[in-house]
Amino acid sequence: MTTFIEEFGLIWGAFLATLTLTAVSGVLALVWGTALATMRVSPVGPLRSFGTAYVELVRNTPLTLMFFFWVFVAPSFGLLFPELGFWPAVVALTLYTSSFVCEALRSGVNSVGIGQAEAARSIGLTFGQTLSQVVLPQAWRTSIPPLISVLIALTKNTSVAAGFAYTEIVAIQQRLTNAHPSDGFFIFFGLALMYLVITIPLGVLAGQVERKVAFAR
Amino acid sequence: MSGSVLYDAPGPRAKRLDRILNWTFSLAFVAIAAWIAYAWYQRGIFDDRWAILWDPPKNQTAADVWMSLARGLGNTLKAAAIAAPIALLIGGGIAIIRRGARTRWLSGPAAVTTELARGLPVLMLMFLAKLVFGWSPLWSVVFGLVVYNAAVVAEILRAGLAALPKGQREAGLSIGLSTMRTTLLIELPQAVRIMLPALVSQIVVLLKDTSLGYIVAYPELLRTIKNNRDYFGDQYVIPLFLVGASIYILINMGVSRLATFIERRLREGGGGRGLTPPEIGPTGPIPQSGVGGPAREEGAHAGDPVFAAGRRPESQPVPQRRPGETEEERRRQAYYGDPTSQSIRHNTGGEPGAR
Repeated sequence: MTTFIEEFGLIWGAFLATLTLTAVSGVLALVWGTALATMRVSPVGPLRSFGTAYVELVRNTPLTLMFFFWVFVAPSFGLLFPELGFWPAVVALTLYTSSFVCEALRSGVNSVGIGQAEAARSIGLTFGQTLSQVVLPQAWRTSIPPLISVLIALTKNTSVAAGFAYTEIVAIQQRLTNAHPSDGFFIFFGLALMYLVITIPLGVLAGQVERKVAFAR
Repeated sequence: MSGSVLYDAPGPRAKRLDRILNWTFSLAFVAIAAWIAYAWYQRGIFDDRWAILWDPPKNQTAADVWMSLARGLGNTLKAAAIAAPIALLIGGGIAIIRRGARTRWLSGPAAVTTELARGLPVLMLMFLAKLVFGWSPLWSVVFGLVVYNAAVVAEILRAGLAALPKGQREAGLSIGLSTMRTTLLIELPQAVRIMLPALVSQIVVLLKDTSLGYIVAYPELLRTIKNNRDYFGDQYVIPLFLVGASIYILINMGVSRLATFIERRLREGGGGRGLTPPEIGPTGPIPQSGVGGPAREEGAHAGDPVFAAGRRPESQPVPQRRPGETEEERRRQAYYGDPTSQSIRHNTGGEPGAR
């Protein structure tokens, strides 16, 4: 217990590090994931194939493998990060999470009633107009709860960065537990609380949004 | 001709545009690939480093390299094989307690435990077991996997139990079974059946999460690759990584395919009882999962009709509104086909595009 109070500066820094990593890679994953989702429903064949292949491949890859690639393998290909830690983690998490963002958005698009798109087309809207004016505004609403779930998963996934030279909550857990073995339990529960502080409000928010946007189609 | 409703069947101009776009993007992709390959060639990626796979340096034989990789894969599978059954058993137990227990004293703590276990990173649990309990790397990995996946399995089964028709439970209780026995004997087998695809997808997540063993020094596949790379030198990391990544992806894709296959079987043939797997909410397990999301692909093939992902093709005729027909009828027909041939399982399909 005393360890937790004494080392609180360190712990607070780790909490902020986790938050930063989550926020940066979350925003980037949303952008790239939306682009992927657009590719997957677009009328252009090669783009569709690319989106499908990307999602298939990345969803079946362990996140640790993704990190391993950017930290140990990419330098051999000439992709070198100025420093280890933050940016490789952002890239790995963004590329990984975007495939789940893409699937969440696509399932939202799939849930929009078929009549909506037909109505849009019948009044002469093009593909781009149908998608942006009619389908996406509705798909977006149904996609918010699964998107929040993806963000919750992302928050927990940032912990993998602990194994690749980024000092966030789990890395601090490892360091503090090694230094004060007898306090291991307190450290675990204290740090677990920091994750729950992020994930539980997000989960509650998702539940509320879902109740709010749940409407009969 | 992809059948999507997002865009029209192409006319002559659209077809020409389509062809141009197809060629442009195909060429662009080929050009990018060629450029990357050339850049790699410049950096000497295609030199003799690949020989590590058949004629490795340092007086090692190819068999040594492959045997070490095989041992790593064996350890990966061992951790998954130990963790999966335990997680399923505990998860099932929690789901039964939450459904069948008559007092809040039992179901309350079970609910809180699942929520907590689901909200924590798997890696944190592994470190807890390794550093605080002092367990061996294998059992630390198993501990992390079991705690997290048991909670998720419990959530999946809870969603399945909640989706069953109420009559099942009432029937069980009315013939004098206790709530616990009703849950165990009558509801659980049906819940497992409809949630089987989700459960199999969860196995993929578990398999992917075994790679976290790399961080807690469990000698699984990824750690073996790292060890080989440390021994032979950094230039050999590319071939080794490629082999490892292919193994992971092939295994996971295989299991994902199994989940999709089961899902299709259930939807096409086994749905006769009028059960459809429920959508699992935001706090539920489907998109949210530790390090992996479940890798299931509904209609994940290029050219799939965008709106028909979870739907059987015969159930979506082009909806046409005939004079005198109400909007409601038209919609029902569009979803369920001709009302005269409407079968029971269509009836309970709910929102057809949903799953």
